[in-house]
Amino acid sequence: MYQTKIALTDEQRAILDGAQGETMAKVMETLVRYGELFGAEKMVPVTGKYNHLVTSFGLKALGSVYDLMDQLIEAGALSGQKFTADPRPLDSNVPSSFLQDLVFKKFMYSRQADYEKQLQKLGLLDANAFTCTCYLPEVGNIPQKGEVLSWAESSAVVYANSVLGARCNRNSGIIDLMGSVAGYVPCFGLLTDEGRRATWRVEVRTSKKPEAQLLGSAIGMKVMEDVPYIVGLDRWLGGRLDESARSYLKDFGAATASNGAVGLYHVEGITPEAVEQGDSLLAEGFRTYVIDDAELQRVYDSYPVIWKNREAQPRLCFMGCPHFSLDQLCDWTDRLEAALVAEGQRRVRIPTVFTASPGVIREFSDTARGAKLRYMGVVLSYICPLMYMNNPLSTRMPVITSSNKLRTYTSARYYTDEEILSILTKGGL
Amino acid sequence: MRTFQGRVVAEGTVTAPAVVSHSGLNTLASFQKALQFGDKKASCGDQNNPELYGKAMAGKALCLPRTIGSTTGGLVLYCACSMHRQPACMLFSEPIDSLAAAGAVLADVWLPEVSMPVVDSLGQDFLDYVRDGMLVTVRESGVIEVESYMGRR
Repeated sequence: MYQTKIALTDEQRAILDGAQGETMAKVMETLVRYGELFGAEKMVPVTGKYNHLVTSFGLKALGSVYDLMDQLIEAGALSGQKFTADPRPLDSNVPSSFLQDLVFKKFMYSRQADYEKQLQKLGLLDANAFTCTCYLPEVGNIPQKGEVLSWAESSAVVYANSVLGARCNRNSGIIDLMGSVAGYVPCFGLLTDEGRRATWRVEVRTSKKPEAQLLGSAIGMKVMEDVPYIVGLDRWLGGRLDESARSYLKDFGAATASNGAVGLYHVEGITPEAVEQGDSLLAEGFRTYVIDDAELQRVYDSYPVIWKNREAQPRLCFMGCPHFSLDQLCDWTDRLEAALVAEGQRRVRIPTVFTASPGVIREFSDTARGAKLRYMGVVLSYICPLMYMNNPLSTRMPVITSSNKLRTYTSARYYTDEEILSILTKGGL
Repeated sequence: MRTFQGRVVAEGTVTAPAVVSHSGLNTLASFQKALQFGDKKASCGDQNNPELYGKAMAGKALCLPRTIGSTTGGLVLYCACSMHRQPACMLFSEPIDSLAAAGAVLADVWLPEVSMPVVDSLGQDFLDYVRDGMLVTVRESGVIEVESYMGRR
């Protein structure tokens, strides 16, 4: 029986002591010990309607994770909430070689079908609930302000905390599920008022709207896991949290979370806590980081290119990491169409994949823009580009992207949106 | 020999040669290849970490500031432990991050047959001092002894 310094309720204590069986006791012990390391003084109920899991892939190498999930299922220790999960790693619509197909299906993701069955038993929301952008309206896993979550996907956590005002720590996979199984998470960090105060004031002083992925990268690398309070960005976002601003902040946040370890940011005049509390969110002794055009250029120039041949012609372009919103798909379709017309072209010059959630794809595909995008030769997929890239065969491919998350975790080369548009329509910069 | 005091995250005692990363360890990028393709030495597969890339991590005293990267990090560490390809111990100069903490706790609670002592908050001095190949001993109560390089010779 594990003795803890955390003040547990009678119900929590009973679970830890085995009243709901040995497996549930181990789930609670895991969460309690995890919380102790960060000074949690109590466990609080998970209040979000749905959970979201980062583990969506049946990766052969993670066999022991699936064994652990079997233990939970056999003990009836299921998720207390229905949940969405990160994107699937495979989609036959995405261009791949015979060898890649063999590696993906026979070696890497050979557990995919079995794992999806496990997820359904544990509480998967529906058979198509696979996306990293679960919080978009077409998916429907949208936490309310103040709700406590047990999520793990870093881009979703930072969005839920910052844009929606929910409360969630940057958990690891499995911990996300266990919080939902126990119904409680340790109260520390971003679950507390103190942990949500900003220790950095970031001043955006650029001469034009900064590229979301580049700005997020710069801030992430500077503040790492700290909370930034960002001023000067609201004027580039139109001063309000509309659909366009949400899409911008989705990509911005994903870059802060992958190039650093940001779990929450405040944007003055835009994000809910910043609107309510203003710069009183700044903690005493905060540091300042000024971002101008030169600083963004410095960050861009610092990205390593790990292609064997830096001059190689790109063989694939991935856009939509995190998954595109409907607004972004429409915008990109219009921009591509205009740029291709200007070049006297009809189709993109290199194989291109736009990724989005199954819900967004469903909404978009039947529209006139959906038909246009297909006509321009762009593949629309629900795949996770990271999972596609994360193997030696894909690593050798010259792949381009404007996603700073994809750049950080794989060999994909980063270009700004404008540069990508030029490469897709002109064949080069 | 120098001694450092840290905080015990996962208990245990062990002696092993050090392998050092002065930058954050990307757990998924570092372990995935080894777990996927049956490398029992768990050679680091992260090309973005030239200091550690290609070096064996299994059975070594892995000395690092923190882990970084995908939030699958905790479960990747758990899998390395379950496949007996884990470091002999993990020694963090900084307070442990939430992803590594999850991996350490998951392994300790759910894999009782596996031992991977974890100590954090050892300080920058520790990371400045320890070098690849130095013999590191984890004692009770978070005490770390590092054999001096000259002494080892």
